[in-house]
Amino acid sequence: MITIQNYVRAQSLEEAWQLNQNKRNRILGGMLWLRLGSGAVGTAIDLCDLGLDAIEETDEQFSIGAMVTLRDLELHAGLNTYTHHAVADAVKDIVGVQFRNMATVGGSIWGRFGFSDVLTVFLALDTYVQLYQGGIVPLREFIEMKKDRDLLVRLIVKKSPCRITYTSMRNQRTDFPVLACAVSCIGNEYRASIGARPSQATLTCTDNPGSPAEFAAFVAEHTPTGGNLRGSAAYRTHLIRVLTERCMTELGGM
Amino acid sequence: MEIKLKLNGRAVTASVEADTVLLDFLREKGCLSVKRGCDTSNCGLCTVLMDGKPILSCSTLAVRADSHEVQTLEGLQEEASDFVGFIADQGADQCGFCNPGFVMNTIALLRENPDPTDDEIRAFLAGNLCRCSGYDGQLRGIRSYLDSRKA
Amino acid sequence: MEHPNYKAINQSVRKKDAMQLLLGKPVYTDDVTPKDALVVKILRSPHANAIVEEIRTDIAKKVPGIVDIYTWEDVPQTRFAIAGQTFPEPSPYDRLILDRHVRFSGDAVAIIAAETEKAALKAMKLIKVRYQVLPAVLDFRTAKDNPVLVHPEEDWFPPCDVGGDPKRNVIASACETYGDVDGILADCDIVLERTYHTKAFNQAMMEPFTTYADFDRYGRLHIISSTQIVFHTRRILSRALGIPKSKIRVEKPRIGGGFGAKQTAVCEVYPAFVAMKTGRPAMICYTREEAQIAGSPRHEMEITLKLGATKDGKIRVMDLYTLSNSGAYGEHGPTTVGLSGHKSIPLYTGSLEAHRFSYDVVYTNHQAAGAYRGYGATQGIFAVESIVSELAEQLGMDATEIRDKNMIREGMVMPAYYNEIANACALDRCMEHCRKMFHWEERSKVRDMGNGKVRTAGVAMAMQGSCISNVDVGSATVKLSEDGTYNLIIGAADMGTGCDTILAQMVAELMDCSVDDVAVFGADTDVSPYDSGSYASSTTYITGQAVVKACGELKQRICSIAAGMMDCREDAVVFEGKQVRRINTDQTVSLTDIAYQSQTCNNIAAESTAAHSSPVSPPPYMVGMVEIELDKLTGKVDILDYMAVVDCGIPINPALARIQTEGGIVQGIGHTLMENVTYNDSGRPVESSFMQYKLPTRQDIGRLHVEFEHSYEPTGPFGAKSIGEIVINTPAPAIAHAIYRATGVWHRELPITPEQIALSKID
Repeated sequence: MITIQNYVRAQSLEEAWQLNQNKRNRILGGMLWLRLGSGAVGTAIDLCDLGLDAIEETDEQFSIGAMVTLRDLELHAGLNTYTHHAVADAVKDIVGVQFRNMATVGGSIWGRFGFSDVLTVFLALDTYVQLYQGGIVPLREFIEMKKDRDLLVRLIVKKSPCRITYTSMRNQRTDFPVLACAVSCIGNEYRASIGARPSQATLTCTDNPGSPAEFAAFVAEHTPTGGNLRGSAAYRTHLIRVLTERCMTELGGM
Repeated sequence: MEIKLKLNGRAVTASVEADTVLLDFLREKGCLSVKRGCDTSNCGLCTVLMDGKPILSCSTLAVRADSHEVQTLEGLQEEASDFVGFIADQGADQCGFCNPGFVMNTIALLRENPDPTDDEIRAFLAGNLCRCSGYDGQLRGIRSYLDSRKA
Repeated sequence: MEHPNYKAINQSVRKKDAMQLLLGKPVYTDDVTPKDALVVKILRSPHANAIVEEIRTDIAKKVPGIVDIYTWEDVPQTRFAIAGQTFPEPSPYDRLILDRHVRFSGDAVAIIAAETEKAALKAMKLIKVRYQVLPAVLDFRTAKDNPVLVHPEEDWFPPCDVGGDPKRNVIASACETYGDVDGILADCDIVLERTYHTKAFNQAMMEPFTTYADFDRYGRLHIISSTQIVFHTRRILSRALGIPKSKIRVEKPRIGGGFGAKQTAVCEVYPAFVAMKTGRPAMICYTREEAQIAGSPRHEMEITLKLGATKDGKIRVMDLYTLSNSGAYGEHGPTTVGLSGHKSIPLYTGSLEAHRFSYDVVYTNHQAAGAYRGYGATQGIFAVESIVSELAEQLGMDATEIRDKNMIREGMVMPAYYNEIANACALDRCMEHCRKMFHWEERSKVRDMGNGKVRTAGVAMAMQGSCISNVDVGSATVKLSEDGTYNLIIGAADMGTGCDTILAQMVAELMDCSVDDVAVFGADTDVSPYDSGSYASSTTYITGQAVVKACGELKQRICSIAAGMMDCREDAVVFEGKQVRRINTDQTVSLTDIAYQSQTCNNIAAESTAAHSSPVSPPPYMVGMVEIELDKLTGKVDILDYMAVVDCGIPINPALARIQTEGGIVQGIGHTLMENVTYNDSGRPVESSFMQYKLPTRQDIGRLHVEFEHSYEPTGPFGAKSIGEIVINTPAPAIAHAIYRATGVWHRELPITPEQIALSKID
């Protein structure tokens, strides 16, 4: 379990960012990984007073604050209508309702975790992160960036006309995914976002997918996989083909 | 650090360290129904309600409860008594170690969705592990309770 | 024999502690013990096999809040075993409280006693250890005669000769033969030889190991522990600490599950030692990680099984060899292995003409294994039931019909089961009942769902025992109170199963009172009559029969007191529940009056204690059937429906018996499909948390349905047999069978993962 010396509820983003420049300090997300680390944190910075726990919907976009919980995502009617409940599908098998009441969008996205269903599904949408210093950055660029001491303020999902579907393969119902797969069509572009490879999600895009099986083979070919406790690289590659094809077929029926 | 919260309806002021975990804080305050089961946020035994929402107290800092309202099973005896008898009739309490977390989360479920289907019950309670009962007895108990409400 | 109509037996009454548990009352070890106890933490070896060359605790001891830190130099040098077994234990005495030689990754190196957990954990990081790392035995298949010895010490001591030889890394070994095995094998039309592998699954009860130690008002060591074995624990601590048993009291409060894990004194010795050394109360609460890596999991077994049959499916001979991995210490190694053959082969007594059962139990540098529900039968039944289903499939026979043809039936003598007679056996009716209830004929068909998924079903039978015959002792004390109610005092440990309640139901039946009129207490070595403990599925069958005896004697005493009150002979009165009547008269005395009379000028104690053992261990039987939907592309298996029919004689409490069965089925689903044990380079399970060791959730199990078939066991209370362990034995073979039917591939290692299913080719 980590040790923490001080706790501060930041009263402004500036304050939070300033505190975060000290390498001994840490921004608190949902803290589900609290017991897992054994390091020492100087000041834990809580963003809970900054009004970042809301999802704002306009005609053009969704603005999802960093402190929005996964459960908020799961239950948001507008977001799930727009995404054909793909966002709900992405989070509903994550551990449990209690867990999802705590885990935050900011924590999931900033962490850029390999196992993240959240990252996988948002990568398939027209998503941007808003960084305090770094400004608005497309998510597909953000995931390539090295971790720094900036602050993730919100996620922006542009409401481009979109079909999307999400699926994952898990060995046990609420386990980490062995493979996560979101397939979307935005405009003319088909995207396959493959996560839990076991590394973080990558995007494979094309205007010319061919049949679902052809698209699946194309995605599998362009997505490196690895082995870990939950599965081998070969199995993951196999799953990419299977799940991508199923998602594409489902997309075709939308 | 000093925190002020409402615990089971009572205003509580306490001095905690920045890394005091809510689970330990609550047990220290006499809420012994809150159990530690797994250390990795996977079992649901430590479920409490924060502002009415079910959360895992093992993964929450006590300082985060400052200016919030926390409820444990000690404070929800009446609401629990409404339905736990039906679980008892099934024999599904068994060792009981998972019971408080399961009961708390069931209270949260029924507040949010007073007429859930079996699948909705299973999905909402998925984060509450039980090793003794095989889960079905708990579901039968809740179903009997819900049926009794309709009758 | 038919069961009569009972008043309290075969009734689904609530557990006596149900409302206390459901309303979150503080009844567990960590709830009922004072908060000012010293926190005890263990520094654990990262190496699988090592000598502690040097250990420096001086800096660690300076951390504020540290009371003391103990190393191998501070502990008694008497070896002991921590297995909960009747003395003399079949387990070798191969442990020290802290040993200079550490034998698995997770083995205890130092004991830290601190005022707070934070201080203990801080100090733990400051203990400096220099290890001489030794080569380790990390594959149980290479353990026997491996030049690396897990226990090279001279003072290794086996209280019983079980065929062990630590110079070969062997803890136990035996071979038994019945009939002309090789001759019959040579004569069979079909011989199958297969190898099965099951892993060191973890009981994963919700409450990890927890023990509190302090001193009572007489200065004796007082232990409050989450344990199934209060009496064995007292004896173990006596030997380990070198103090007389009269100076130790062990009691158990409510326990958050055990399943056999707590049939081993996993952690008791540490706070006991700290209390003795410091004179202060001490408490240890294992973390989930410790429960996963330094607990007492199931024995990893590799079972090689040869089966010989005729081409009509008559099973004539079985030759079963078990290699069992006991890990770093002996504990339950010598005893679990026997069940892998003795509680699997007899299922086919109907047709078997010969059998051979042989085994080796070996030491390795893995976590020491222990007792887990099923206790070896689970592993053996996975092998036997899988091979029989494979035989059926090869012969084109229905898997239930091959069992009809060969199964044990009531009245048969079981040569593979100590020559006991199956006096109560409804296995045939269980099969017929399950077949009908499950619609086996339709659902066993392989149905293509058209979306890459396939539905089909599998079946398996199981048996277990009821107690360890000629060994287990159960006792009960029944006392009459002055309001005409009773106190029942037992030494068996209710770990959530509800044995407190069902034993009270027995008293209620015998004393003709309500279950509410019976208050139950258990278990405490100062107060309880001797009981081996809650394991081996002995509580209903053995402690239950002790209850029957004690009630019989108590009724006599009550009648004696009443006869005195009515001034007549003892044989002139009859017990009528709430009163005693002078036969053929209207003269009665109430139970209440009798109780008050027993408190005034009385020489007949209004209480009775009885003990019971049995020369037999009558098997319960069951049949399990499972319908699955298997995704041929991803390999995912969804359990749609699991149905089971159980013959436990008669369920004393049908609701509790049903829950026991459902709970066992779900544990079985867990170790078949999703609980896995893999090791890092030091032989430590990677699955050291619930994040990695995946228990089934309520969404992983489909629908469960359990029913019962009654039989009448003449040696059991009310004709009852056990149910506690058998319930975990059918899922693995039933699901493996269904997976075969869906894919054409037999999986012989547990767990069967989606990856294995998806990527396997048909042999």
